[in-house]
Amino acid sequence: MSNESQIVSPSTNPYSSEHASVRAELSEIDASIRTASVFFVVSAIGWLMIGTVFALMAAFKAHEPDFLGAYEFLTFGRVRSAHLNAMALGWGNNIIFAVGLWIMARLCRSPINHKGLLLIAGIFWNVGLTIGIFGILRGDITSVEWLEIPKYATPMLAVSYALISVWGVMAFRFRKGDHVYVSQWYILAALFWFPWLYIVAQAMIIWFPARGVVQSLTNWWFAHNVLGLWLTPMALATIYYLIPKVLGRPIYSYYLSVLGFWALAIFYNWAGVHHLIGGPIPVWLISAGVVASVMMVIPVIVVGLNHHMTVVGLHREVWRSPTLRFIVFGAISYTLVSLLGSAMALRSVNEVTHFTHFTVGHAHHGVYAFFTMVMFGGVYYMMPRLLKREWPSAGLIKIHFWGCAIGITIMVVALQTGGWIQGLQMNNAEIPFLETVQNTIPWLKARSVSGLFLTVGHIAFAVNVFWMLFAAGAVRAKKEPTLLTKEGGVA
Amino acid sequence: MRNIALLFCGIFFALAFSYTGLLVTGHIQLGALEPSTETLVPSDEDPSVMVMPEGETLYPLIPSGLAEQGKKVYIEMGCIYCHSQQVRRQGFGADIDRGWGPRQTVARDYVRQDRVLLGTIRTGPDLAHLGGRYAGDSGRDWNHLHLYNPQIVSKGSTMPPFAFLYKTQEIINEPSARALDFPPDSEYGPEPGYEVVPTRRAEALVEYLLSLKIDYSLPEAPIPE
Repeated sequence: MSNESQIVSPSTNPYSSEHASVRAELSEIDASIRTASVFFVVSAIGWLMIGTVFALMAAFKAHEPDFLGAYEFLTFGRVRSAHLNAMALGWGNNIIFAVGLWIMARLCRSPINHKGLLLIAGIFWNVGLTIGIFGILRGDITSVEWLEIPKYATPMLAVSYALISVWGVMAFRFRKGDHVYVSQWYILAALFWFPWLYIVAQAMIIWFPARGVVQSLTNWWFAHNVLGLWLTPMALATIYYLIPKVLGRPIYSYYLSVLGFWALAIFYNWAGVHHLIGGPIPVWLISAGVVASVMMVIPVIVVGLNHHMTVVGLHREVWRSPTLRFIVFGAISYTLVSLLGSAMALRSVNEVTHFTHFTVGHAHHGVYAFFTMVMFGGVYYMMPRLLKREWPSAGLIKIHFWGCAIGITIMVVALQTGGWIQGLQMNNAEIPFLETVQNTIPWLKARSVSGLFLTVGHIAFAVNVFWMLFAAGAVRAKKEPTLLTKEGGVA
Repeated sequence: MRNIALLFCGIFFALAFSYTGLLVTGHIQLGALEPSTETLVPSDEDPSVMVMPEGETLYPLIPSGLAEQGKKVYIEMGCIYCHSQQVRRQGFGADIDRGWGPRQTVARDYVRQDRVLLGTIRTGPDLAHLGGRYAGDSGRDWNHLHLYNPQIVSKGSTMPPFAFLYKTQEIINEPSARALDFPPDSEYGPEPGYEVVPTRRAEALVEYLLSLKIDYSLPEAPIPE
């Protein structure tokens, strides 16, 4: 170990594994997955930027309906759906393939083979998605929420997904050592759950439409589980892997990990029906969804407690490490958004929040403040190890963090306050509907402002990543870890 | 965790459980639901069994071909991302008080639809009963103007204009019967000597919107007197 890296405390030094043999093995695994993971990170960032542009357009259109109103392919319904799919399947899935597969390979102590094939599968995923997003914009959108991509692009997505997940399963199959860590359970489960959800939903809604509202049931079983059984487990796996890794301290309780995992596995997948409360669906099905949503309090509290107890007392290290600053922001958001989600599933609360911007705020609270922030943290940890170089700029990381943290906070607060008022007014037939619409406009403008903050954060992130990839000279030679505060310092 | 078989079984059965509980049983309960007459009568053979009287209309109605084409336009435009098509029961929300429908909608209202567009957001009003609220020729005219630019008939709306579904053409001899009837001095009207006419897609879309009606009872959901 070089002298420079001994300056930082061992607990935040990313190269802190005690044994040279462990470091050598991890290094070998990192080298085996480098090309594929870097490809997925770059693709993810590309989609993040595309998704951001669509997001800004949709957000602006929501209060300025004439903005770009003359172009059919940029009408609100399509731009908004292009945004959702670019973010969920472009940013979300690519970053999961990058970070999730890498964590799986490391924990299984199993280098990746046939990496050329993995890369090809990854290219197919992104080509399929590009076709899909073009399809949405040209009017082949399905108008099924979370499944907007037209029929001609989805088989390619399903096949390339199945191929990519094979590497995760194979890493697990050829793992070394007896013990299977909690992150591996989550990743293995999610790799298996997602294709099941996707294929069933495609079959029952698009290819062989089920009778009437059975489609809607399927739709929300799928759409809520994209969050619950795909994005959430992958982000939790990342949190479980990186908090102990950076702090050099084991997870607080093995038993809480077990309880949290199984409670999530059992309850989350029933919860989606709460999107149909008050709808033309048998009440017993909706009640099942409400019960499951409330039961989600158990895994959320358990996981939150487990993470909190692992971090407690080391808050200064959390604040100093780029990885943990993002990851802990995400972990706290997970607790908040999940508890709020359980409350929103109660019929009396849902009567107000359903059909309003409150739900949009909630969705971003989950997918952005939780999932995306955690994945940013994962990238900050993974890239220096894959590329064997450091982040060029701590300043850009700070801009990234503050842009995203402030942006998403404004968005969630604005949409949920505005949405709550909108819901109360919508349920009061004395107030003309048009008036309730106009009362949402200031809150929608606040969302557009939040989008600008997020955009600044994303640009800082992208610049830092590409600077690092094409680094030369002093940046490339930089040895000590890029940390956000000085030893013992504040802010 | 060391018991991999248990881990895998758990992962499998967790999702299998909700798949069976929500989708398979949902399908068993609703998958064979058929259109029905508005009321049922006791059967001749066994008065304890209720049957549909013969010769009466089955609801929901089969939509017209043009309305079906219009539904495609509704899907292409992503209308569902601002408009729902479901009416909540009296006492839960204000759907019925707002006139969005005379009764709550039930599963049978959707059995003829290949793509069900319940929607989950009401940035704009619910459309389940739009054709009941804006009926006939005046309803058709209103919808065309509203689609061309919502500001014409609904000042301050946040709905985007769909003017690209219309074409502006020079009036040759007689004005077209299909031309949009703008209010006098409307700032959105065409230049003198020109008129705005709907394309086939706009006509289909409006036909679809007018076909959205909950003006019939079902045995399980009668319209209250």
